Amino acid sequence: MKKISVKKISQMIEQLCIEACCVLNDEVIQSYKRALDKENNPLPREIMNEIISNAALGNLEMIPVCQDTGMVIVFVTIGDQVTITDGNIEEAINLGIKNGYEKGYLRKSVVSDPIKRVNTGDNTPAVIYYEFVKGDLLKIDVMPKGFGSENMSSIKMLKPSDGLDGVKSFILETVVKAGPNACPPLFLGIGIGGTMDKAAVLSKKALLRNPGSRNNDDDYNALEIELKESINLLNIGPAGLKGKTTVLDVFIESFPTHIAGLPVAVTICCHSLRHKGVIL
Amino acid sequence: MIRLKAPFMNIEQLNAGDKVMISGLLYVARDQAHKRMVEQFEKYHTFPVDIRDMGIYYAGPCPSKPGQVIGSIGPTTSGRMDKYAPVLLDNGLKIMIGKGNRDKNVIESMIKNKAVYIGVTGGIGALISKCITSQKIIAYDELGAEALREIYVEDFPGIVIIDAKGHNLYD
Repeated sequence: MKKISVKKISQMIEQLCIEACCVLNDEVIQSYKRALDKENNPLPREIMNEIISNAALGNLEMIPVCQDTGMVIVFVTIGDQVTITDGNIEEAINLGIKNGYEKGYLRKSVVSDPIKRVNTGDNTPAVIYYEFVKGDLLKIDVMPKGFGSENMSSIKMLKPSDGLDGVKSFILETVVKAGPNACPPLFLGIGIGGTMDKAAVLSKKALLRNPGSRNNDDDYNALEIELKESINLLNIGPAGLKGKTTVLDVFIESFPTHIAGLPVAVTICCHSLRHKGVIL
Repeated sequence: MIRLKAPFMNIEQLNAGDKVMISGLLYVARDQAHKRMVEQFEKYHTFPVDIRDMGIYYAGPCPSKPGQVIGSIGPTTSGRMDKYAPVLLDNGLKIMIGKGNRDKNVIESMIKNKAVYIGVTGGIGALISKCITSQKIIAYDELGAEALREIYVEDFPGIVIIDAKGHNLYD
């Protein structure tokens, strides 16, 4: 058995939160540059340049690229040969978030109750998903999820007879509804199949991928590319002010589903696709 | 490029699509500060600040790092303030700054009150923080990022999304 102390987990979470909010992954920056190259008109070019400069500034000064440093989603993958020692993993994760948001000067955006709306003051609790696998690996991925884009995300229980066309129309409709609100150009995480909740989780998990990475399945791979192309013809554009780049990438994850159902979840992520991971 | 400075006069001459650079005083308020301002107005017919001919920037900053004037401070989605905006416009607010769509009631109120809605690129909060020269909290301190703030800005870049005639750049 491999022993991993909760103290180590807290420390890692703290670092990952700060890094995720201040330093965008290189693949994300490269996707901005490709988008800039494709835009001909001055306004979308200017906006892409602002986004590129903003990312550089975040990295240089270690300040958050966006003031909405999100509600933290944590994906924990635990091998069956791993033992967590010195405490409780969930408490350790939340302690890491509390410390990271304090030390990193990140905004605390979580309220303790959706109706009463009192800020918890430390950006906890996190939304945590656990996955149990074979082996001695402990993988932690942190995704601070902003709510300008989260609020435009959507889920629909389609009928099997709606088929692939129904899936495509729902995704396009969701992007059109989001319009300028979700800080385009966007990244889309799409979950297809499972149950309502499973599709939603898959749509989040899809956003752990980096721009350019494709689904291993040929059909979903092709669908990702097709959706990206058709959405970029919508002319919503950077900041919603028209242009060729409405999405920077589309990521699909799927799961078996019921004979009666075709759940589709679309998590919209703004241009700041933020996630950082570590393997312990 | 049109330069604007508070108090904002003759802004009905601006057109959707005009690029602007704002300097001087702006207020910063988002969801909870709006709710409280409007609740105060409904009870006492006053606001915590004089909003006549002023502008409100819809935002909630990150905490300032040592040596920083203010943390990252990009625009938040304006639509969440739609419920509260008409009351403020009826009382003289001239400029709203944010990102995203506004509803029909807000646009009608903007036309009636000769106000404009200015967009700032969403998600560039680090860059925008550099345009702010000073800040202080003037009400609702306990709301943290959602407190009502007064900021002074220099060359704060925006684009007129909806003008006082109701023309909408997003359409």
